[in-house]
Amino acid sequence: MLFAVDPVPWARSQMAFTLGFHIILVPLGVSWAAMTLIANYHALKHDDSEALRLAQRWSKYMAVTFAVGAVTGTVLTFEFGLLWPHFMGTWGAAFGVPFALEGLFFFTEAIFVAIYIYGWKRLKPWAHFWTGVPIVVAGIGGSISVVAANAWMNDPSGFTLSSSGKVVDVHPLSVIFNNAMPYQAAHMLVAAYLVGGFLVASVYAVALLRGRNTRYYRLGFIIPFTVAAIAAPVQMAVGDTLARWVYNNQPAKFAAIELVPTTGDDIPETLLGHMNSNGTVSGGIPIPGLASFLSDPRTGTSTVVQGRNAFPTNDEPTISETNVVHLAWDIMVGLGTLLTLLAAWYGGAWLFRRDMPRTRWFLRIAACAGVLAVITMESGWVVTEVGRQPWIVYNYMRVQDAATTNGGVWVTFLVIVGIYLVVGVTTILVLRGMSRRWRAAEGGEETDVPYGPSAPPPVVREEVPVG
Amino acid sequence: MSWADAAAIVLWFGVTAYALFAGADFGAGFWDLIAGGAARGERPRAVIDHSIGPVWEANHVWLIFTFVVLWTCFSEAFASITLTLFVPLTLAALGIVLRGSSFAFRKSVFRTRDQRNFGAAFASSSVLVPYCMGAVAGAIASGRVPAGGEAGEPVSSWINPTSILGGVLAVTACAYLAAVYLVWDSRRFGDEDMTEYFRRRAIAAGVVAGVVAFAGIFVLHSDARYVFDGLKSRALPFVILSALCGAGSLVLLFRDARGARALSIGAVATVVIGWGVAQWPYMLPTSLKVSQAAAPDGTLQAVIIVFAIAAVTILPALGLLFTLDQKSALPEEGAEPAAGSEQLQTSGSVDGF
Repeated sequence: MLFAVDPVPWARSQMAFTLGFHIILVPLGVSWAAMTLIANYHALKHDDSEALRLAQRWSKYMAVTFAVGAVTGTVLTFEFGLLWPHFMGTWGAAFGVPFALEGLFFFTEAIFVAIYIYGWKRLKPWAHFWTGVPIVVAGIGGSISVVAANAWMNDPSGFTLSSSGKVVDVHPLSVIFNNAMPYQAAHMLVAAYLVGGFLVASVYAVALLRGRNTRYYRLGFIIPFTVAAIAAPVQMAVGDTLARWVYNNQPAKFAAIELVPTTGDDIPETLLGHMNSNGTVSGGIPIPGLASFLSDPRTGTSTVVQGRNAFPTNDEPTISETNVVHLAWDIMVGLGTLLTLLAAWYGGAWLFRRDMPRTRWFLRIAACAGVLAVITMESGWVVTEVGRQPWIVYNYMRVQDAATTNGGVWVTFLVIVGIYLVVGVTTILVLRGMSRRWRAAEGGEETDVPYGPSAPPPVVREEVPVG
Repeated sequence: MSWADAAAIVLWFGVTAYALFAGADFGAGFWDLIAGGAARGERPRAVIDHSIGPVWEANHVWLIFTFVVLWTCFSEAFASITLTLFVPLTLAALGIVLRGSSFAFRKSVFRTRDQRNFGAAFASSSVLVPYCMGAVAGAIASGRVPAGGEAGEPVSSWINPTSILGGVLAVTACAYLAAVYLVWDSRRFGDEDMTEYFRRRAIAAGVVAGVVAFAGIFVLHSDARYVFDGLKSRALPFVILSALCGAGSLVLLFRDARGARALSIGAVATVVIGWGVAQWPYMLPTSLKVSQAAAPDGTLQAVIIVFAIAAVTILPALGLLFTLDQKSALPEEGAEPAAGSEQLQTSGSVDGF
């Protein structure tokens, strides 16, 4: 090919970009249905028309995000083969097994999403409510299945290799229930509820800040924020457990996470900072002994943590990858802690005042929480994916040996980035347009600009471009 | 029958279901594309929207199903296919993104200009995707995908007589299926004009698809000899059945009688099944047999068990979706603007739900 270049970095970039895009839609697919059902249940149980309106509108937003999630997920299916044909050719018999289950869940989800979203008018209310329940179950099952496949890449098990390196025997249950799977699946599942909750709540936080202080918007805030606030502390515990699993089972990744050049005890937890090309660490704030302590609290600061010197250079992340992993780790833990504190603020207010916090500062932070939660989740994926380098199948196959030989991947990467950016921006504009249309239809009292002298006339509102 | 044979049958079940269900959704996009300007095309587009809205995502999952079975049970073939057919598969993936998201966006915007832009993206990608899929099928059938997880020719593997035949046949067969389904749906919506509109188009598309299929025999004779010989021998019953179903559906459509839908399904299904039978026992004619490509038994058993679970859970759920849809119990998304809080008191519930 005329402009053929080394496909490996482009294949990695394309996979990272498309997965990073899709993963933003995943929490909405998994948790929004549950939040919608909470509103729906409340509406039916207490004859609450505001909650019902909320559930109906959420289901219409979901129709858009689910469609975009379904097609971007399909692209990943293609990319397994298009970008990593040798990985799939060699390991498909094992790696593919969790996806067979995922297919089952995806089918269930697609069927009942359609029935639920389209069934509002003609199905009896409670029957309609129950058609939403399989969506929630399928969302949980589907995300666990996909993460089981990713966990298998971190902890490949359940197969036998022939002398020529071919998979000759597969134990499907050992593939699915590999050792990393329970920790990783729990971490992603809780993340789906955490991110989905903060993301939806942040939109309503903005509405409340703009003075749309009606019961409808408060419900729209309280339901998802409560879900996220419950998920946040759970996620701290799950994440901590997963980190200890990594310490025990992927020490090279752990050395990158904690920025540890040489094996030893009393290893500090370095906040920020970076590793130089000669392997020394500069900058950052070291907290003495904390990395050792967290790795195994039973032995405390005398816990030995393996450093980069413990592994052959070819079998561990490069220095620059190490810096990426460490920074992503710091961002994930830092923002995760911040979100947990925000959740505690919210919980405390309910505990002592039986109401959500009313200060504008709380709402301002909550309005940012959605984006912050997405960044937290993306950082988590960077930690696990970059931290596994240079392996695609840990200790069995390297990324460079898995990639396609098609020299034109850089073209598809650029095209895909362009298309996805358009689709992403359009999704947000379409969702916003739906919201504005509904508000305009309800009359002027709910338009924004709370203390501005003149709200824009309704005519302008209808002309706002939505696509 | 070995586990590998069973897995191959499951794979072909997925391919056939994808062709019949998602194929019709793609075909609906074809009719959307040529429905004319915003005013003239408004009514057919409304029928199309109404018809595929609730079901297209579920139908789309058959593609995921097919991919998963292929890469899990026949990994080596999957690697060869994706390496060789990088271009048409990439185009198909991009087409799927544009099509699905544009369709969802079009329903959610109200300005004519936006609807037209999204509609154009939806409709043109609805033609691109089946063409690419057909070209991929043609590449496999004509033996242009080598065994061993290796790349074949990057360009001539999908620009060749059999691939062009596959692409054109896929587009026309999708259009034919869709038009027949849309006749049925228009009748269900009580729209006589649209029933007639799609009936004429179904006949035209059926004739074109039949001509393409007939011409295809000569293409396969010179370009895909193994599959041609298979169609002439062990797959002959399917070829005959397909011709009979196709001709029968045209007669029924011409007389405006019922039953055309079942026959059109039969006509397309037998083509897909006939292709599979014709290239048996090869996964990639004539370099890789099903038995050689198959994964270890543990994997095959797992996939077949999951398929059995799907048969008792997913198929009834799909049946529920289609039944509700056919009973017009899934009229539109949400309940805005009129219903709002009235849903609690609504009296329009369908019996049994």
